[in-house]
Amino acid sequence: MALDAYQKREFKQVGTRPNRPDGVDKVTGRAMYGADATAPGMLHAKILRSPHAHARIVSIDTSAAEALAGVKAIVTAADFGVPEDDFLRDVQDHCMARGKVLYDGHAVAAVAATTIAAAKAALKLIKVEYETLPHVTDVDAAMKPGAPVVQAGRAYENVPAGMSENVTHHCEFGHGDLDAGFAKADRVVERHFKTAATHQGYIEPNACLASVTSDGKAELWVCTQGQYFYRTLCAALLGMEASQLRVTASEIGGGFGGKTMIYMEPVALALSKKAGRPVKLVLTRDEVFRATGPTVSSSMDVKIGMTKDGRITAAQARLCYSGGAFPNTTVDMGAQAAFAAYDLDAVQTLGWNVMTNRPKESAYRAPGAPLSIYAVESVVDELCQHFGLDPLAVRLLNAADKGTKSSYGPTFDQIGLKATLEAAQAHPHYTAPLGPNQGRGLSCGFWFNFGGNTCVSLNVNTDGTVGVTEGNPDIGGSRASISLMAAEELGIPYEKIRTIVADTSSLGYNDVTDGSRVTFAVGLATIKAARDAIRKMCSRAAKIWGIDEEAVEWVDGAAVPAGPNAGKFPPMTLAEIAAVSAETGGPIAGHYEVNADGAGVSFGVHLCDIEVDPETGATKVLRYTVFQDAGKAVHPSYVEGQMQGGAVQGIGWALNEEYIYGTDGRLQNAGFLDYRIPVASDLPMIDTVILEIPNPGHPYGVRGVGETGIVPPLAAIANAVSRAVGVRMTELPMSPPKLLKALEAKG
Amino acid sequence: MQYVAAKTADEAVALLVGQSGMARVLAGGTDLLVQLKSGMVEPDLVVDIKRIPGMKDITAEAGGFRIGAAVSGAELGEHAGVCAMWPGVVEGFNLIGSTQVQGRATMAGNLCNASPAGDAVPSLVAADATARVHGPNGARDVAILGIPAGPGRTTLAKGEIITSIFLPARPARASDAYLRFIPRTEMDIAVASAGVSLVLAADGTVESARVALGAVAPTVLLAEEAAKAITGTRLEEDALARMAAACAAICKPIDDKRGTVEFRTKTAGVLAKRAARIAYDRAGAKK
Repeated sequence: MALDAYQKREFKQVGTRPNRPDGVDKVTGRAMYGADATAPGMLHAKILRSPHAHARIVSIDTSAAEALAGVKAIVTAADFGVPEDDFLRDVQDHCMARGKVLYDGHAVAAVAATTIAAAKAALKLIKVEYETLPHVTDVDAAMKPGAPVVQAGRAYENVPAGMSENVTHHCEFGHGDLDAGFAKADRVVERHFKTAATHQGYIEPNACLASVTSDGKAELWVCTQGQYFYRTLCAALLGMEASQLRVTASEIGGGFGGKTMIYMEPVALALSKKAGRPVKLVLTRDEVFRATGPTVSSSMDVKIGMTKDGRITAAQARLCYSGGAFPNTTVDMGAQAAFAAYDLDAVQTLGWNVMTNRPKESAYRAPGAPLSIYAVESVVDELCQHFGLDPLAVRLLNAADKGTKSSYGPTFDQIGLKATLEAAQAHPHYTAPLGPNQGRGLSCGFWFNFGGNTCVSLNVNTDGTVGVTEGNPDIGGSRASISLMAAEELGIPYEKIRTIVADTSSLGYNDVTDGSRVTFAVGLATIKAARDAIRKMCSRAAKIWGIDEEAVEWVDGAAVPAGPNAGKFPPMTLAEIAAVSAETGGPIAGHYEVNADGAGVSFGVHLCDIEVDPETGATKVLRYTVFQDAGKAVHPSYVEGQMQGGAVQGIGWALNEEYIYGTDGRLQNAGFLDYRIPVASDLPMIDTVILEIPNPGHPYGVRGVGETGIVPPLAAIANAVSRAVGVRMTELPMSPPKLLKALEAKG
Repeated sequence: MQYVAAKTADEAVALLVGQSGMARVLAGGTDLLVQLKSGMVEPDLVVDIKRIPGMKDITAEAGGFRIGAAVSGAELGEHAGVCAMWPGVVEGFNLIGSTQVQGRATMAGNLCNASPAGDAVPSLVAADATARVHGPNGARDVAILGIPAGPGRTTLAKGEIITSIFLPARPARASDAYLRFIPRTEMDIAVASAGVSLVLAADGTVESARVALGAVAPTVLLAEEAAKAITGTRLEEDALARMAAACAAICKPIDDKRGTVEFRTKTAGVLAKRAARIAYDRAGAKK
């Protein structure tokens, strides 16, 4: 395993900024996204969705719709089985309601027809009789005894007795004596926080093309973050063997975690199977908001004790998350992440998941962490304000470091938090002057990062170029990074390498593109696959030279004799070895398969300056700097892109983004007009400072960078607002009406 | 659905009168096409008025300007004469949508869409502009304030279309301004808005004013008391405070996903004050 580990080296290509291989296609409109796939004889599908937040389906009559010209197939839950496995059943029930609709927008039937117009017309002819039921969309209301029960009998055994049936999960993390810790504090602050659900806001709506043939084979072209996981789920729900369902990932117009879960793909497959023709299904933006994606909403209490010189003595968080109408455990990650940045003697986090009549939560960039860390970092900041302490100094004083027993159990290895804080402290941004109604906020952020199942093939072409075949959709420039790592290892130019994302029949199982895992894990597997190919190329050179394999080594893209005793031969380049491969044993390829460990946790610190308009409550972001440890930034532009993108999504979450439900339980703002993600003119340039503290678990020291960036903005902005105008915003989003009201209450 | 590109205003009127089902008029289409796509409306007839001669013309008339019903935001924004005389009208209209939308959107369309939050409308009311309406009984001129009847409804009768909007002449020391509140900086709908048009006397006091508020009632409001509060003043703080209070007094907004009654009421006054200052500075800067 020693060879897996980080080895210090001088990089020649890693760390440079070549153009991304998918760039030209994307900027010229040639890239093939989910909705761009077509097939001969293709039908178009549309989904009928519930107008009710919660209702029993009494009956569904599809006869009139079936009789409509052009309609080729209609499916409802009756066309699917009832999976025994709880998780699979929930996934299927989310795709197509069975017995009850659980939220506004829940699918109840789907039509495939020869035209979109015919499919739309058919939806109007489907008669669904509903018996409406009381609903609940607020997390606190759903926890109260007597609240409408979203699904009965779903609570896990770990839920304490006496709670509403909507509470399905409970978790607890921490160590130390809380009472003793709080007793040592000079001040203890406890605050209640509430955050709205948000959507990943990917620009490309979910889309797929499904084709099932009469001999039971199937193809699915789909916009996804994980074709293998989609295959696993769809095959299970359709009763197919994995080998018979080939899933190909399209280019992806944003996912941010939201495309790690299926929403309508099994419906398209079922329609295709029934109609005997390919079926294309593209969601509208309204459907994307109502039935895919969102994050948890939350209600949280955080209590922290601090001495007057800034040492945190004890910390506790109680987190209630709702992931919609199905059980989930995202609160575990919120609870584990909450205090990760701190070295604490006494800490406890408690979490509950609560069902509400909302769509099923999906992962969104560091799922669960932005909320709990917003609450924690707000209370830390309030304590700093109370004692008049520098908020960066206090964080440094309490910062977790190598050897710290983390608040969620593991002891940290080499981490970059202190270095990141010190970089922020030394940066001119931290001491730049501020004007009236302006404030500066900061927050730490954390994410676990992940490795996971990964399989890479690397083929050496006879013309001296190289193809890398990997299985993870590229959502942040990963093909460029993977090509760079292959080029570095092989010692050939970046331009000689083409990396492609393969379908499910081409490689072994690859985990989804999530957990900031791809540059780390696929990069690791690519480096190892390159080393495998290098060993084979050295062996070919040895054969040609008539010397031992062990007497050949790889230097700067060529095989060379290892030392004077090996014999005197001129170096053989990769291209020279490849050109004669037919005579030395055939094609040359490297492979590597791994369930990668050692991803290495990631910390970031964000600084932001804002200005509040005291007459309208509008918050303007004036200056923003992200400091984050990337381990090794393989392609710095895409590392910066991740840091900037995360920050912008967090800023949106902090200021304006929210799922707004009416008293009727229906989503009020299922569109980009009233679901307000930031637009470019809302924001200053997001400045970035990349720190490179090598991850011991990767040959090049790489750490995942994709998720940490969304964590700090929520508290950074709340803390800046507090310092600008003296009000502590404990509810997100801090939209202008809320902030103006708070300013007026303060007087 | 039948689509007809009318060649004359009379033809458009005749088509609309002759349709017994639902008919819609298409100018820029930036509202209508969205409504069609989302299934909000399913008209039997769409009459396109863009190709009627004169619809895309901006012409000087009686010291002011007549603006054809199909003139886009981009075209108006490039017209030096209108921009100099009525900058508040142009800036309100040019706030609608994106650059792409500005290439299509029309003021008459924004007026006839009859959203309480239409960004082109308050400045037109403040400007005391008029709409020329063609109908089965010929043409008539209607004050802008008289067109909206409520959210999504106008006072236009069956078969009537707006063919142009007239912006009247201005004295030398006069200008206008428009401000809206949105949570973002663009691509959004006004939560509250204010258009203010001022004429200054030689001594720098406000000789006359018109103030209009958007998104705070079912239709655009003409805030006459607010205008009185600043008439004869140099927009001193107390005058502006009285103006804001007068604005707040007539607001009848709703609570919805975009804002609360309280927020809209307060913000309308703040915007009116700020727009008045901008209009005052613009008017004073003129020689």
